[in-house]
Amino acid sequence: MMKMILTGNESAAWGARLSRPKVIAAYPITPQTSIIETIAAFIANGEMDARYIRVESEHSAMAACIAAQNTGVRTFTATSAHGLALMHEVLIWASGARLPIVMSVVNRAMAPPWSVWTDQLDTMAERDSGWIQLYTQNNQEVLDSIIMSYKIAEKHNILLPSMVIEDAFILSHTAEAVDIPDQRKVDDFLGEYEPAFKLDPEDPAGFGSLIMPEGPYMEFRYKMALAMEDAKKEIRKVVDEYNETFGRDYQPFIEEYRTEDADAVLLVLGTIGSTAKDVVDRMREKGKKVGVARVRYFRPFPTEDIRALAKKVDMIGVADRSYSFGPGADLFAETRSVLYKHTDIPVKNYVMGLGGRDITPAILEKVFDDMLSVAKEGVADKEIEWVGLHGDERWST
Amino acid sequence: MPIILPEDPTPIAKVPSTENKTGGWRTFRPVVHYEKCIRCYICWKFCPEPAIFFAPPDKHPAPKEALAKFDTIEINYDYCKGCGICANECPVKAIEMVFEESAGGEE
Repeated sequence: MMKMILTGNESAAWGARLSRPKVIAAYPITPQTSIIETIAAFIANGEMDARYIRVESEHSAMAACIAAQNTGVRTFTATSAHGLALMHEVLIWASGARLPIVMSVVNRAMAPPWSVWTDQLDTMAERDSGWIQLYTQNNQEVLDSIIMSYKIAEKHNILLPSMVIEDAFILSHTAEAVDIPDQRKVDDFLGEYEPAFKLDPEDPAGFGSLIMPEGPYMEFRYKMALAMEDAKKEIRKVVDEYNETFGRDYQPFIEEYRTEDADAVLLVLGTIGSTAKDVVDRMREKGKKVGVARVRYFRPFPTEDIRALAKKVDMIGVADRSYSFGPGADLFAETRSVLYKHTDIPVKNYVMGLGGRDITPAILEKVFDDMLSVAKEGVADKEIEWVGLHGDERWST
Repeated sequence: MPIILPEDPTPIAKVPSTENKTGGWRTFRPVVHYEKCIRCYICWKFCPEPAIFFAPPDKHPAPKEALAKFDTIEINYDYCKGCGICANECPVKAIEMVFEESAGGEE
């Protein structure tokens, strides 16, 4: 066992290195840059046997990964915010072409106003791209998730690309101790990449050809929907196997913390989870029964786990670090949607931390207090609460 | 009835694109008047399909004996979509675009 002090981005680079992709095609963007810089150094130093393709844009980076993966090799790339948005078209191509590409995404706010700090709108805007989405909470989880993502994505009943997502700066540029799994154990765990199909001059084929309206276009999309559903089973299996092999204790879909006897539970994505758990401990000391449920996978959406959670509690608060200009932010809207007719407990949206604004323990304590009063009333005073707007005394700390 | 799904995860075509004969798209057919053709091959160079190929020198008449030793050209109507670029580029107006229905299927 070897521990190193690594930033989230270095952890992502290590996760890629240990998974032995053969092609990396990437374009730099703050705050992702140090992932691909670290990988470039690994390759230059001969520590990684891969071809690094420098491209002129993120659209080209994903296009190059698609082409390379089609030749039958593992690929890796990384991006953030506007880079991810520029990839949008080819993200949908990658999933429709059923290529298990793994990509690190460092969550960053979308401009304007310009902001390089954390905000989850960039990945939420790609929720319908057909990619698996996993939100991480610490650097160890970043590294481990990349390895697990290759294993899940490459299964021939899945074949869906996968995003491993980390919060800008809070993880990407913050160092902590990370256990580096043994390369041979990772090799055994992942195995050689076995493509379900590939470009082969001996057996020529064209991929992704035109399908008329009467053709099986709908059927191919339905197969993707089945694969995303199957991914739930494979995620459980792979997480169990990883926990056992590498001595970790990941919960597959939702990391629940002190939810068993909680009156109110806050659903979160990413690093809000670690702050919230700390706040829960403090509030428990004051006799306030609150808990945290950190959602790891947003795609596939953990419908069953959220329904099971709702049975245990009187109220669910949903923290979103992004906003959708519809019926509340994404995690909230989907949570409430899967709970329809399964429970009548109140569900309330707390929109906070946009553009990297700090989500402090003091703010979260106010959120938990608000949730407890909603739990007591049995009904939410309002569905969507923007927490911490300038001048709003209700949330000043 | 069970739902019928494609076997492959994504469309995988094992037939070459030459199986897709695009001649049926044509509204106007390019007809070569070989007695005018100076065998400059500008049509061959410009055809985007490409549906214009070389043919042996004696396959078609030449306007001058001096030209009769050079390869002539032919249009492959299986693939020609009738875009008319060849007729437009021909410096001696040796290619005529004829409305397909009045061309009478002769090739």
